[in-house]
Amino acid sequence: MLKEMKTIEGNMTTTEATKTLTIDGREVPFNGERNLLELIRKAGIDLPTFCYHSDLSVYGACRLCLVDIQGRGVQGACSTPPEAGLKVRTQTEEIREIRKITIELLLANHDQQCPTCPKSSACQLQDIARKLGIRKVRFKPVHQLAELDLSSVSLVRDPNKCVLCGDCVRFCDEIQGVGAIDFAHRGHEAAVLPAFGKGLGEGECINCGQCAAVCPTGALTPRPEVDEVWRALNDPVKTVVVQVAPAVRVAIGEAFGLPSGMSATGQIVAALKRLGFDKVYDTAFSADLTVVEEANEFLKRKAKGEKLPQFTSCCPGWVKFAEQYFPDLLPNLSTCKSPQQMLGSVCKATLPSEMGIPKENLIMVSIMPCTAKKFEAKRPEFAQDGVPDVDHVLTTQELARMIEEAGFRFKELEPESFDMPLGFKTGAGVIFGNSGGVSEAVLRYAAEAVTGRKLGNPDFLSVRGEDGIRLATVTLDGVELKLAVVQGLKNARTLVEKVRRGECQLDLIEVMACPGGCIGGAGQPVTREREVKRLRTRGLYEADKNLDLHKSQENHHVTEMYQKYLGEIGGRKAHHLLHTHYQNRRRIADERMVFGDGPEGDKVKVSVCAGTNCFLKGSQEVLSEVLQCVDAQQLQDQVEVSASFCFEKCDQGPTVRVDGQQLQNCTGKGACAAMRERLKNKVAPE
Amino acid sequence: MTAKRKPESTGRRFVKVCHILDQHDHNPSRLVPILQAVQEEYRYLPQEVLTYVATALGVSPARVFGVATFYAHFTILPKGKHLVRLCDGTACHVKDSVPILRALQKRLGVDDRRKTTEDMLFTVETVACLGACGLAPVVVIDDQVYGQQTPESAVKLVETLITQEAQ
Repeated sequence: MLKEMKTIEGNMTTTEATKTLTIDGREVPFNGERNLLELIRKAGIDLPTFCYHSDLSVYGACRLCLVDIQGRGVQGACSTPPEAGLKVRTQTEEIREIRKITIELLLANHDQQCPTCPKSSACQLQDIARKLGIRKVRFKPVHQLAELDLSSVSLVRDPNKCVLCGDCVRFCDEIQGVGAIDFAHRGHEAAVLPAFGKGLGEGECINCGQCAAVCPTGALTPRPEVDEVWRALNDPVKTVVVQVAPAVRVAIGEAFGLPSGMSATGQIVAALKRLGFDKVYDTAFSADLTVVEEANEFLKRKAKGEKLPQFTSCCPGWVKFAEQYFPDLLPNLSTCKSPQQMLGSVCKATLPSEMGIPKENLIMVSIMPCTAKKFEAKRPEFAQDGVPDVDHVLTTQELARMIEEAGFRFKELEPESFDMPLGFKTGAGVIFGNSGGVSEAVLRYAAEAVTGRKLGNPDFLSVRGEDGIRLATVTLDGVELKLAVVQGLKNARTLVEKVRRGECQLDLIEVMACPGGCIGGAGQPVTREREVKRLRTRGLYEADKNLDLHKSQENHHVTEMYQKYLGEIGGRKAHHLLHTHYQNRRRIADERMVFGDGPEGDKVKVSVCAGTNCFLKGSQEVLSEVLQCVDAQQLQDQVEVSASFCFEKCDQGPTVRVDGQQLQNCTGKGACAAMRERLKNKVAPE
Repeated sequence: MTAKRKPESTGRRFVKVCHILDQHDHNPSRLVPILQAVQEEYRYLPQEVLTYVATALGVSPARVFGVATFYAHFTILPKGKHLVRLCDGTACHVKDSVPILRALQKRLGVDDRRKTTEDMLFTVETVACLGACGLAPVVVIDDQVYGQQTPESAVKLVETLITQEAQ
């Protein structure tokens, strides 16, 4: 029976595979390709596109991948599925002409400051214009230059470079589930804008930077901090230390012609020392520290059965996302700082006395694959007396640029080693850069902590993989741990909603905003190839194998750190340096709304919060009840009822304010009672 | 159109927004009619209300802002008490509608970008063809149509309203 089915299946696939169509006169078989563009590329022809991205929905807006289909005329290859017998031509005179005009028109409205553009040499518009042989733009530019959006600490938005391909819009919406930017206005005024034309830094943007990673031009780019770092390096008074995140080592080589995934740790350290950094540390060290703290926190919660599932907290994109949309789940986030911030606070707390320098002269720089880390480093809770734990964050791209500026031949650099003790790590710290890495590192710790026995093979393959949501169950001496590994915040939202509805019982949820985890971060060298991410992932797992130790608890420098400075794991001192707290955030920064006019005269003012979370918790009903109460008792002249936006007490919503008094978890009855009370006091104050 | 002048309490207006959303089953594909109804209520689309509508429909505020700015019918800026619309369709244009526009703008102290007076009494807009080409050039003030206008006559219409408002 089984055999039979197999042969039938086999036959089916052969008939499928024999379907063919013709591309430029050659017969090409197809099987499962989603559209002509995929097939044409498979056939070895790189049609130009801006708006096609294999991970996103088909948009068909840029009109560059046009092909001529016999009997149908000119069509977009990206939005045409393959059909047997089609006769497709990719290079007719008509198509060549259309492509050229399209690029010319885009260039006419493009701020053509290529040599000073951060995307120069990685820009697709530049590349396509060169490939199509555009030598002259015949159309006059009519656009007035718009101002740069510098409101975000992570990203720069330059509207003058936008080609309206919508890749950023679709990534933000379809993969991250945020929708911080979208098309606004129309015709020649059309633009990609955050809500209400505000700055990127004033809205829902979670700073993941994937919009910049998919942007074909320089319209969205990571916000550089290179100049500040050069200044610190050239300041004789400052001692500048640097930490390098795991994911950086397997990607930076791409900027210098090395294969993706090849670990270039030695060259990175050598380059950093030559640039003038006094100490070079490894963020993987503090990742080990994070594992110890976070795994302990997790096992404690598991034993008590409280605040589960525990969410990881090392991805700053996810943390801001959770603060905006899941205030009720903030207690479930691990209170551990991210490895970047742990190393920052440890350095600022211990190095000045060890090195005998004043604290203000110590500068901490971190090299990150991530744009959201720039935002994280500037969060007010990560500064002591106004001095940030991490002063500057450079992306992998920025470090590559500094190395280029200095003129070092990266490939030829003699490898050097990290400084001790904060440069010492185990493989568990290194795999943090992969999606699933944090979970695996925690499991390697938990396995020994729960069973009390040495763990033989440290690999937990069940949490590895490429799926957006991966579920795994690990049983340790009868203790069942249920884990989920999520990448992409839309997936995170889907899973959180399942957890909220009780459809999914989980103990630990790892969330990484970027597909692939940190190796796919927006600070990494720009790539459109999926394979590149796979190679980087493999590179980190290989780096783990190439180290002698694979479990954070085996990192003796971490143990020493506890003995010397931190005291007990999860203890008071450790808490002070290694843990943090979260805040509720409204979606739009300056929104403090009142629907309509302010209150008149001497009325009692009742405002019911209509922010996202209060809305979900039934604030609309509360408001109706209050209004009914006002009508029934004819208090219209004494009470002004309004709906207002987010008081940032979302976890205890619905929130109602009666004059100065704030009521949490408020019901309609509660609000009415408070209102009557207030009226009574107002009538007879003396 | 009766007795709607008195501004309603903010809470009540908000309940109306909720009502509009309910009428459309909180369906995001009904966004355009929802925005039309909200604009009917507020005479423009206030930012806060748009954010609320986005929240209630489960779409991002940026998407709602995109729709609100795409259609000429929607306005995200508050309009004045009196809406002065000048036709600049082909017929009115060749019959010199532009000097009328400039005269009105000059009299009211507005321009192509800032269309509403500071005292929120007037908004001056152009529209493309009102279909009253026989009366070109045409000015419409608060749904009242005035044909064959000159810069002087149009300014006089506005001045009459200013005098009325001053009383």
